[in-house]
Amino acid sequence: MKVVVDTNKCQDHGQCVFAAPDVFRLDEAGRLAYVSGPDESLRADVEDAADVCPLQAITLED
Amino acid sequence: MGGLRAAEQLRAAGYTGLITVVGEEPRMPYNRPPLSKEVLAGRQSFDSLAFRPRASVADVKWVLGTAVVSADVGRRVVGLADGSELTFDGLVVATGVRPRRLRCPGLAARRRTLRTLADARVLRAELTRPGVRVVVAGAGFIGCEVAATAVALGAAEVTVVDPEPLPMLRPLGELTARELLRRHEWHGVRFALGTAVTAFDDRGVVLADGRRLNADVVVEAVGSVPNTDWLAGNGLDLDDGVRTDGLLRAGGLPYLVAVGDVARFPNARYDGVPRRVEHWSIAGDSAKRAARTLAAHLAGTEPDPEPFAPLPSFWSDHHDFRLQCFGAPALGLDDVRVLEGEAAGDFVVGYHRGGRLVGVVALGGPAVTAAAARHRSALLKQPAFTA
Repeated sequence: MKVVVDTNKCQDHGQCVFAAPDVFRLDEAGRLAYVSGPDESLRADVEDAADVCPLQAITLED
Repeated sequence: MGGLRAAEQLRAAGYTGLITVVGEEPRMPYNRPPLSKEVLAGRQSFDSLAFRPRASVADVKWVLGTAVVSADVGRRVVGLADGSELTFDGLVVATGVRPRRLRCPGLAARRRTLRTLADARVLRAELTRPGVRVVVAGAGFIGCEVAATAVALGAAEVTVVDPEPLPMLRPLGELTARELLRRHEWHGVRFALGTAVTAFDDRGVVLADGRRLNADVVVEAVGSVPNTDWLAGNGLDLDDGVRTDGLLRAGGLPYLVAVGDVARFPNARYDGVPRRVEHWSIAGDSAKRAARTLAAHLAGTEPDPEPFAPLPSFWSDHHDFRLQCFGAPALGLDDVRVLEGEAAGDFVVGYHRGGRLVGVVALGGPAVTAAAARHRSALLKQPAFTA
């Protein structure tokens, strides 16, 4: 599972952090950081994170 | 969006039967929030808005450019604008809302609304004309976002008209609204508050206080009307949306659910009073819950009895600042306290009811999103209260 975030779209809303806290986080400056190759067990969380992204910037590639 | 998310969540909940999604617009579902912000401003393309459907809905049949015009819920059949009918075992109501229009006499040529991608294309073409003068009727979130975008695009004059004394007053209360007014005015938005547009003439608009404002474009952003006409005649409670129970079922029927802007649902997190909530996040949250309810019925099982209790969340972007909200500030307008910062800079405001925190709004630069989020867990821990 590969997670791709379109950084041109991302505006650091952080909704993905609530949906998949093991994959996404906001750093001290409020900027998004994420794990690009998370464990397969986190797939449902990452799908939820992609759904709740206000800018629809998250893609899940197999 | 509600239709797409409901289809995806029906699959996620184990439903493997046929799914048909009917939509009035002639395109696949797309993300609307950027229409008043990034797309209107030209920072993001129109084509970039389409949702990427999950692989699980590849076999869903899409009937687009065709409105649903009638329903016989008892016979389980809906009628489409092209005269055809579709029968169903389960029905998800996801018809959303349309812009409310001003009831004013006069020229209609300059009147615009912003709901669809087609609306945004028309408006962008007009707002980018040199020297354009813009009147926005309605100082709510969309009205103020459009005003901010128009100023950024170089409009010669942008004036927001609203009967309330401050912008976004009813959802956010005086403290926050006053600060929003100050920031908008600093960026060059003019306001005509405590008055309303009463007529259109060949130069622009006439206000209730007798003033006239010249305008090349008038954007009506005065709220919305739920699209429920097609459900009339079925004995459903359609007073301001489709009234649902706590599992998002309508009319006491196990095979009829409603999602998104059109659903008037009780939120078990708060007072249980059914309300429509026009937040982007609610479309996804309600689709997920309603799909579980419906999938259980279609599988011949009982639905999870745990009532829908979403934590509302919304954002709004204006000029160089963002408004980030969690919870339900409108339920706590009588007890508003600054939690962090001060009004002139980045700040976080808490809204309380009965001494309990029910909503948080952060206003400011990029750091406010994280600031608001720090209070989210406190909101999630609050017990439900009764009216």
